[in-house]
Amino acid sequence: MRVGSSSRDAIGHVMTWLCGGTLALDLLLITGLAAVLAVNGASHFWPRPLVELRLAGGAKLLGAVVEREAIPDDPNGGYRIRVHVGNRDLGGQDFRWIDEREIASRGEPADAVALERLEWGAFYGRMVALRRAETVLAQGQDAARAAFEPLHEAKRAELAAIEELERGEIARSSAEIERLRLAARRLELSESSGAERAASEADLAGRSAAANAAYERAAARLSALRESFLAETVELEAADGTRKEIPVGHVVRVVRPNELGMAGRFALAFSRAAEFVSGVPRESNTEGGIFPAIFGTVLMVFLMAIVVAPFGVLAAIYLREYAKEGLLVRGVRIAVNNLAGVPSIVFGVFGLGFFVYGVGGSIDRLLFAEALPAPTFGTGGILWASLTLALLTVPVVIVASEEGLAAVPNAMREGSLALGATRLETLVRVVVPAAAPGILTGVILAMARAAGEVAPLMIVGMVKLAPALPVDGAFPFVHLERKFMHLGFHVYDVGFQSPNVEAVKPLVFATALLLVLVVVATNLAAILLRNRLRSRLGPRSIG
Amino acid sequence: MTMPPPHHAAEESLLSVEDLSLWYGASRALDRITIGIPEHRITAFIGPSGCGKSTLLRCLNRLNDLVDGVRIEGRILFRGSDVREPTLDVNELRTRIGMVFQKSNPFPKSIFENVAYGPRIHGIRQRAALEEIVERSLRGAALWDEVKDRLDASALGLSGGQQQRLCIARAIAVEPEVILLDEPCSALDPIATARIEELMQELKRRYTLVIVTHNMQQAARVSEYTAFLYLGRLIEFGETPRLFVEPREKQTEDYITGRFG
Ligand SMILES: Nc1ncnc2c1ncn2[C@@H]1O[C@H](COP(=O)(O)OP(=O)(O)OP(=O)(O)O)[C@@H](O)[C@H]1O
Ligand SMILES: [Mg+2]
Repeated sequence: MRVGSSSRDAIGHVMTWLCGGTLALDLLLITGLAAVLAVNGASHFWPRPLVELRLAGGAKLLGAVVEREAIPDDPNGGYRIRVHVGNRDLGGQDFRWIDEREIASRGEPADAVALERLEWGAFYGRMVALRRAETVLAQGQDAARAAFEPLHEAKRAELAAIEELERGEIARSSAEIERLRLAARRLELSESSGAERAASEADLAGRSAAANAAYERAAARLSALRESFLAETVELEAADGTRKEIPVGHVVRVVRPNELGMAGRFALAFSRAAEFVSGVPRESNTEGGIFPAIFGTVLMVFLMAIVVAPFGVLAAIYLREYAKEGLLVRGVRIAVNNLAGVPSIVFGVFGLGFFVYGVGGSIDRLLFAEALPAPTFGTGGILWASLTLALLTVPVVIVASEEGLAAVPNAMREGSLALGATRLETLVRVVVPAAAPGILTGVILAMARAAGEVAPLMIVGMVKLAPALPVDGAFPFVHLERKFMHLGFHVYDVGFQSPNVEAVKPLVFATALLLVLVVVATNLAAILLRNRLRSRLGPRSIG
Repeated sequence: MTMPPPHHAAEESLLSVEDLSLWYGASRALDRITIGIPEHRITAFIGPSGCGKSTLLRCLNRLNDLVDGVRIEGRILFRGSDVREPTLDVNELRTRIGMVFQKSNPFPKSIFENVAYGPRIHGIRQRAALEEIVERSLRGAALWDEVKDRLDASALGLSGGQQQRLCIARAIAVEPEVILLDEPCSALDPIATARIEELMQELKRRYTLVIVTHNMQQAARVSEYTAFLYLGRLIEFGETPRLFVEPREKQTEDYITGRFG
């Protein structure tokens, strides 16, 4: 007896260890992934010191050391370093490998500056002078440095004014011109004739002339602004002595990393991170921020949730509360479960065929005929992407909601019915509230799934660079037909489609980290909501 | 003393069941039951497990309608009209015939909302009126003093006995005429049981009570009339003291003396 039971206990212990070990491994993998993303992503924002290297041959270079490794297959066991030398407009190459044995001297000059620019990436060198056309505003390092700051601030303000003008007046008047063009086209397509038609034609022509004039005026102002924006240049000297003039307006930020203390570095990293999160991409997505991608992802997921929640929940309620158990219901359940296993790209193809060409094409023919052949809804857009994802995730919501409903004890339903409540009242007031945490869990899972899904979106409206956000100040404010950017696709695009893969690697990590953060934040919000529901329902609630 | 008809109380019946049979699918759970339940009295159903007590009780407020594959024959008259009439409003019937279940089943809402649930369903919206009803019902269920300071707390935090009294309060909040109690004390300790029994004596002044119980002493203590069911049939029905002291049927005697099976 004793022996037998203790050996059975031993098996139990092994099992416990096995389960615990597996869990530990899972946690390790997850935290490891998060740590890799966080560390590599953070390195995108952290300012590295600028090193000036004098090589044995006499050449000089200035840049940031990114990595150091043993030279492969080197019998002497030498090391080499990879230096980010920037200055793409001069040298063409962002990175250089340097054999450490070739380095004659190495220093971190305090006056070395790193320029972040709107074009051509970083520039490493020293400031020489500040000019406006032929006039020298400041000559020499210290003078240039002192004069640069206020000038740069003024240029930033001018840039803001330019953007404001572009987004405001220019955008408005070109939208107006387009609207009038469409109105004219509609008139052309319509059956009307005679004096009335002539009158509206004349009216339209007059208004369109006015709109064109307004546009011209705004465009003239814009080009004047642009000219003044580019008037001043800063002259820089690269490590090898080459000089380069850069418009002050094109400078995003001047950093002297070798002068920075710890606090300064943190401040810089935070300001870079803030720009990354809130800015728009530049240089075919390899620089600048990713705000449109964050916005697109979040908006798309929320649109999807708004669609999928009622559909999934109502379907689950029908299956669980109303449908009679039978062959049909079982068949539907099996079909729903299998739907969850269909490759997501298939949903994308379906979305393209059904939503984009089918529904969108019909909408265009009925409501936007004057714009044809240019499609309005008959092309990929955020609405179709959300609907496609809703289709993809509806099984998740159905299954979770059904489980939530099934967990509500029958006694609860009978208790309500016995008080004279109808079935609908029972459902609405007792059953669904009691199942709400379970239902919400389903919606959370669906949102997490949707946020990470990329493949189907590539053919229903996601783009590398969207010209405008799907929500803006122009009527009707939410433009569901617009194409949008997405963090997942951004990772793919930046990581694999950009010309300079090495330079953007940290960006890929940072973007991936942000995607994870967006998913986590969405989930967290939903989980908090669910817990509040649960605690309101009390200690023994269901789901 | 004149003998009452075998399956009816001496008094006039509020609810009378006539020749009622019920099948769950192919198996018969009730077999031609005829019984009359008098107003403002406590009537107890006793009998071994599985004999059909709950089934009979649930026929009275038509809660069996919801079970798949049920077939019912016979009549149930409530104040003279057939409850199984297709034109009858079953929700109104259930409002007039309330029920308390064997296992307490409060809603996962606050204590207040549990009691206010029925009145709300029936269209009472004003907060003041609801508060009045909630207090009256909780007092009626002898729970007011224990919960008056935490009406907004979850009902699921109450003890088992308190939950069962809350269910009683919930049932009387809609002012039914009849309350059906299906083993209301089976999960309670003797003190909680005593409180509910006391409560039933209070309630019978205003309501007609039908109670299912496994506890013979309880039936003897609280009820005026007792029905003994066995294998879906009504074996004996009569005034409680008489049925317990001098049962007419051998099966009844065996059951109440514990010489059964
Ligand atoms: N939903 C149902 N479907 C099928 N058969 C049922 C169902 N409910 C009850 N029965 C059967 O009907 C018979 C009577 O059941 P009932 O619940 O009325 O017994 P009871 O007297 O209340 O028993 P207990 O004292 O254990 O509660 C039992 O044989 C039971 O198995
Ligand atoms: Mg029972």
